[in-house]
Amino acid sequence: MKRTQPKGTLVSRPIRKFSWLFLLPTFLAFCIGFVWPFMQGIYLSFCNFNTPKDATWMGISNYVKVFNDAGFRNAFKNTALFAVVSIVIINLAAFFIAYALTQKMRGSNIFRTVFFMPNLIGGVVLGYIWSMIFDGILAKYNTYLTANATYGFWGLVILVAWQQIGYMMIIYVAGFQSVPEDMLEAAVIDGANRWQTLFQVIVPNMMGSIAVCTFLTLTNSFKMFDQNMALTGGAPSVMANGAKINMTELLALNIYSTYNINKNYHGVAQAKAVIFFILVAVLALIQQYVTRKED
Amino acid sequence: MKKAKEKYSLGSTLLTVFFAALSLVWVVPIFEVVNNSFKSNNYVNLDPFALPNAESFMGFDNYIKGMTFGNYPFLKSAWYSLFITVASVALILLLCSMSAWYIARVKSLGSKVFYYLCLFSMIVPFQMVMFTLSFTADKLNLNTPYSIPIVYLGFGAGLSIFMFLGFIRDLPIDIEEAAAIDGCGPVRTFFLVVLPMLKPTLISVGILQTMWVWNDYLLPYLVLDRTQYMTIPIHVQYLKGSYGTVDLGATMAIIMLSIIPIIIVYLFCQKHIIKGVAAGAVKG
Repeated sequence: MKRTQPKGTLVSRPIRKFSWLFLLPTFLAFCIGFVWPFMQGIYLSFCNFNTPKDATWMGISNYVKVFNDAGFRNAFKNTALFAVVSIVIINLAAFFIAYALTQKMRGSNIFRTVFFMPNLIGGVVLGYIWSMIFDGILAKYNTYLTANATYGFWGLVILVAWQQIGYMMIIYVAGFQSVPEDMLEAAVIDGANRWQTLFQVIVPNMMGSIAVCTFLTLTNSFKMFDQNMALTGGAPSVMANGAKINMTELLALNIYSTYNINKNYHGVAQAKAVIFFILVAVLALIQQYVTRKED
Repeated sequence: MKKAKEKYSLGSTLLTVFFAALSLVWVVPIFEVVNNSFKSNNYVNLDPFALPNAESFMGFDNYIKGMTFGNYPFLKSAWYSLFITVASVALILLLCSMSAWYIARVKSLGSKVFYYLCLFSMIVPFQMVMFTLSFTADKLNLNTPYSIPIVYLGFGAGLSIFMFLGFIRDLPIDIEEAAAIDGCGPVRTFFLVVLPMLKPTLISVGILQTMWVWNDYLLPYLVLDRTQYMTIPIHVQYLKGSYGTVDLGATMAIIMLSIIPIIIVYLFCQKHIIKGVAAGAVKG
């Protein structure tokens, strides 16, 4: 933090008088859009509520309900599995595509443009497009996407890989381009072959990009909502001990659908949201720790 | 630098062929949307991969139908999407760059608290605040397309301020001191000296936030008064929600209409977009 100390009070002193202009508008919006909803969210997770006005304090009973909720456990399992599978697939594919595209090759710019394109289209629209495609394929085998949880899960993996490979590829391309040229030349002079150069020179230089992309795919998987909702919406569902379990639901969608069961579940959904926040925050902090270490 | 006339090796040509084939995986889904947007409803259901024939071909009828169907004109959704995106991103760029400059140059308790709150907000998923945010927005009348940009400013401030700060901290303060000595007040210093230097970050932040706001489904769905206002993602989901009762061909036409502008913008500014994504990833 020390290096950020401005040396000149010549600049800083006059700005202080303008805090109402420079700081206040953003800070007010930030309080409305983040600080207040966050604090209220923590409070309401201990309440039974329809709207904040009629909230009644319930202690930790919402949290107890969450931990006994088979749907939430199933969503957690789905999310963890989904995260692991998509991290591996997306990063391996994106890494090797980026590697190939940074070689001398005709059309490499066009391919980059094409692979990145899905990231500009919203998750809801992508979900709709892919549900049409999957249903079209599965119809040939007399079945459909939401008939079986396995189809839904792998369908989502394909959709998200299709979308994010292009995004991670961009980051890996930047990584490949920042590998020092003289190191590559030295490797060639020392007689290293292509694979030796890749794994012993390039990969160690790209640990930063690899860490960034791994954690980006990890947090993206945990926060996945739009695609999940638009592709299967959690279907199919089964009944277990009187509770409905949506088989292809991930955590974010589970929070949302819990809220929509009825008003008695608002507090439970908010408690799930708090647990979800803690999960995502822990992942983000581990990311910070690992990438700092890399530097 | 490589020699200009170096020949492509056989391996590199094979790689091009391989990638051309692989690209089909990315192109075909979009092509199927185009394909089905020209077919009548029954034929979309029958076999979405079949090309239109004399019987199933609808010409532009689906597009005309799609503009008004679902009891909500598509152009209205498109206008709200456009307005919300432009206004939110403009607000974010202007106000967050101003705040970031203040935080970088003034070491007060207030700016420190704000900075750490911004860092903190970056690790909070939307689900944590979404229900309460919709209550707050309702109460403060932020539930219309004309006021929702304030919500976007509030929720998007963390990442934006963080990205601006990363850049401003590397700016030499001497230039601003020179401006101060020449008699520039903070407002003029910011707009005439600092802001022009921020251009690369303005582009990166602008692109990331545009991609977010334009495609965002959940925030406007929860915050906006849904009986009156829809955005494009809400409109598409609304049509999908009535699956089976709606005309699939016309829905595909609507999806097409929502994708075309994005692809055009992308083809024109792809360099900036790709740079913005790379910059955002490294800093975020």
